[in-house]
Amino acid sequence: MTTAWIAGVGDTSFGRHEGVDTLDLMSAATRAALDDAGMTRADVDGVLTGYSTAMPHLMLASLFAEHFGLDPSYCHSMQMGGGTGCGLVMLAKLLVESGQCDTVLVAAGENRLTSTGGRDSVIQTLAQVGHATQEVPFGATIPGYYGLLASAYMAAYGITEEDLAELAVLMRTHAALHPGSHLTDPITVADVMASRPIATPLKLLDCCPISDGGVAVIVTADKTRSKGVRLAGAGQAHQHQHISAAPSLSQFGGGPAAARAFAQAGLTPKDVEVAGVYDSFTITAAILLEEIGLAERGEAAARARAGDFGPKGVLPLNTHGGLLSFGHSGVAGGMAHFVEVVRQMLGKADARQMPARPEIGFVHGDGGILSSHVSLLLTQS
Amino acid sequence: MRALLDRYRADAEAGRLAFQSCRACGANQAFLRPFCQACGSEDIDWRHAAGGGTVAAHSVLHRAPTPDYRAKVPYAIALVDLDEGVRVMTHADLDLSVGQRVALSFAPHESAEGTLHLPRVSAAE
Repeated sequence: MTTAWIAGVGDTSFGRHEGVDTLDLMSAATRAALDDAGMTRADVDGVLTGYSTAMPHLMLASLFAEHFGLDPSYCHSMQMGGGTGCGLVMLAKLLVESGQCDTVLVAAGENRLTSTGGRDSVIQTLAQVGHATQEVPFGATIPGYYGLLASAYMAAYGITEEDLAELAVLMRTHAALHPGSHLTDPITVADVMASRPIATPLKLLDCCPISDGGVAVIVTADKTRSKGVRLAGAGQAHQHQHISAAPSLSQFGGGPAAARAFAQAGLTPKDVEVAGVYDSFTITAAILLEEIGLAERGEAAARARAGDFGPKGVLPLNTHGGLLSFGHSGVAGGMAHFVEVVRQMLGKADARQMPARPEIGFVHGDGGILSSHVSLLLTQS
Repeated sequence: MRALLDRYRADAEAGRLAFQSCRACGANQAFLRPFCQACGSEDIDWRHAAGGGTVAAHSVLHRAPTPDYRAKVPYAIALVDLDEGVRVMTHADLDLSVGQRVALSFAPHESAEGTLHLPRVSAAE
């Protein structure tokens, strides 16, 4: 079977980009990824995109292909909420492995922060992932749904709000070393605890910001045009859409998705040397790390406190700063973890670079209310 | 689905929390469907919660998604495991905790689409 290789990655800074739109951010990231790959537009025969809340369109992939001047033989969009970024990379892997495509561009980006209506309209749009008649009418919000699952998970495993705060502090520390981060002002556990309540137990600093930004990844069948990092495994799980219908409040699907990816790659969580794990809220990262098996139940915060997840720790995590501080620009936000893991594996993470280039990288994205899960494994050739 | 929702809402207006129960396999479901999610049977019965339950999850919201709720901040939502074995979202008193026993009631809420009668839980007596 053909192997799927990473040819290049590209991104914009995250934060506030006045006067640019979805297509601008996707274009900038794509240009950077093509440059990184040493490729031109003509090399791309597959185009995959997600969705943009700032530019809802029935055919975003076709729209972008036309806009950027691409002529793909395979092209469409995907919608899996925050899991879309990793889902797109998984699909690119499948297209390359099957021989359907030679080189697939995955592009994402939107001006989620500065778009017309801005933050409030995004918050209202996102809240619609709740059940239209049995959740949304209660005034539930995305932080509210995550507040609910946080309350249950914390009670089950004895996790405190101070524990969760450790993960926010960690992400901010990491973001300070990345020139493209949205939020870089240092914060402490006390700062997180003192930040205003949003949806208990979650406070403002437990939540990711809303950002403008773009990210692109190029996956190819041609090893000679790659950088020696391959997609070795991928897996998904989808146990529920709505939190009210989740079969469990401690097994959300991250575990099964990761197990499928590990099985495909012939690896285990103990083999992972660098990780990118979706962290829309502090509780998201804690649950996913523990459910996937990268930390014991209830231990993610202690691991963070011990320095295990820093660039020089035993398992560097979200060394770009994650959604919590690098920023969240929709589909691109969930792809930024992937780009960072690739950069660590290529020795291109600049001030954030791990002492030794990692051989095995793990990336996980989730969409909805821990609803849709995609795990990816990367290995050096 | 519309007819199912109308029936659910008529019950709510009368102060009754309705859920569906499958005559074929016995499974209960809170999300309305013209069939049983567990076994696919269309032999569906309706039941009403007696009013007792346990808090599975609880959150106090300080930021509202819509104008009707901005006036109500802070307000709480909960996932409640009804004694009948079905989990539902409700409004809740602010000071509840996971595992606590609660009692069900209904309260009207003026939304953009009119008056909704929504279930709410308070600490059990």
